[in-house]
Amino acid sequence: MKLITAVIKPFRLDDVRNALAEVGVQGMTVTEVKGFGRQRGHTELYRGAEYVVDFLPKVKLEVALTDELVDRAIEAIIESAKTGKVGDGKIFVTDLSQVYRIRTGETGDQAI
Amino acid sequence: MKTMIKVSAATAVACLWPAIVGAQALDSGDTAWMLTSTALVLFMTLPGLALFYAGLVRNRNVLSVVMQCFAIACMVSVIWVAFGYSMAFGGSALNGLVGDLSKAWLSGVGLEALSGSYPETVFVMFQLTFAIITPALIVGAFAERMRFSAMMLFTGSWVVVVYFPVAHWVWGGGWLGAMGFRDFAGGAVVHVTAGVAAVLAAIVIGNRRGFPDTPMPPHNLPMTVMGACMLWVGWFGFNAGSALAADGAAGMAMLVTHISAAVGSLTWMTAEWVKFGKPSVLGIVTGMVAGLATITPASGFIGPMGALVIGFAGGLGCFLATQFMKRTLKIDDSLDVFSVHGIGGMIGLVLTAVFSAASLGGLGLDDGVSIGGQLGVQVLGVLATAIWCAAASLVLLKLIAVVVPLRVSAEEETEGLDLVLHEERGYNL
Repeated sequence: MKLITAVIKPFRLDDVRNALAEVGVQGMTVTEVKGFGRQRGHTELYRGAEYVVDFLPKVKLEVALTDELVDRAIEAIIESAKTGKVGDGKIFVTDLSQVYRIRTGETGDQAI
Repeated sequence: MKTMIKVSAATAVACLWPAIVGAQALDSGDTAWMLTSTALVLFMTLPGLALFYAGLVRNRNVLSVVMQCFAIACMVSVIWVAFGYSMAFGGSALNGLVGDLSKAWLSGVGLEALSGSYPETVFVMFQLTFAIITPALIVGAFAERMRFSAMMLFTGSWVVVVYFPVAHWVWGGGWLGAMGFRDFAGGAVVHVTAGVAAVLAAIVIGNRRGFPDTPMPPHNLPMTVMGACMLWVGWFGFNAGSALAADGAAGMAMLVTHISAAVGSLTWMTAEWVKFGKPSVLGIVTGMVAGLATITPASGFIGPMGALVIGFAGGLGCFLATQFMKRTLKIDDSLDVFSVHGIGGMIGLVLTAVFSAASLGGLGLDDGVSIGGQLGVQVLGVLATAIWCAAASLVLLKLIAVVVPLRVSAEEETEGLDLVLHEERGYNL
């Protein structure tokens, strides 16, 4: 089992969600976050006072997956989140040691 | 000619009113307009200015500026009744430097007392709303860091030492009015005094922690725009009400006020667009306030063509002043009170001499007075007001600093004045 954490551009969220649903992903958690990478921040100007805003708004998706779904899901995220410009985001893949479904107590692949 | 009589009555009404009482009867039209204007000018402070400023600070200080505007309005009202009105509009004492105490506790201001053609109670209220907004404007200079108790002591003593005397000099029968100084609705009395006190306060109290490197963006610009729009409408009472009658002078004052606001807005917007690449909402509303502050002293003396020029000069002059204060001098007059009100008032007072001239579309200078002669009086008035205000503000701040610290501690400043000074939050989301 793997946990995929993807940080993407906010306006791509709906496309990414649909693409993941198509490959069979049944749930995800979404958080509005801020951060920076190689896409630099932007400036804001108030009556001539110029502020550099380093942290840009992004969306963080967390998806737990069975091993056989991982490659297809990653492909789906890359295809749907890509704009080709700096700041498209990152995908982090981590091993998941256990998953529990709270309602039934099921574990492992059954719980995803 | 009737217009000119009204205008000169406007500047000298208070000292002359014992003579006028016998001469004029109550006019219900004038009374109705003065009642309306009074409400409009109070509306400029509460909630107009309070919202304008509240949106410009960070969210942890939103209540503190609203609280300051509100508390000033209440405190000045009480001082006004006690002796403030008399200091401004009582009989002249000390060679026109200040009013005497003959009207203390509003002595003699009863149901029947008239000021010109309307009740003196209305004049007391109308002028009170000016005395309220002037110290409230200064709040923008020391926003987000001044201790509330020190703020109350400063603004309370400041109206006594600066506002009431200067109002007397110009409108109450004092020495500047007697010299022919032209300040129709408060370019010197309101905007120069507030602006000069603001820059002094900003310097004495010091910059906000992190200024100018840390971003301190406005937390709610729609709130600021709402406040600004209330200021625009309220300003009709401020300027057209200063005609002290429902007549042609009031109508012309409203017209030129509106023109200057519009041109000031467009000028600032364009200047920003050219210099920084984007026209901003904060820019256009700030230009509006600049246009309004600049037209204020001129509004009863000029015509529409003069208003176009004054709006442009106010918008551009205040824009450049703001850049200079922030970027070159790095003085944290946080909400640009000096750059907008102080500079705007000064530009307006100087241009009043020029555009009052009938040859330039104005309503005419006094008989035998040239543009150059009037200009000299205007510059003298600006200098006298600014110097007295600067010296008095400095002394008051230094004296108050002996009694209470002027600003909160660094830790409290970071936490925000709302929680530290008022134990409340603006937003419980």
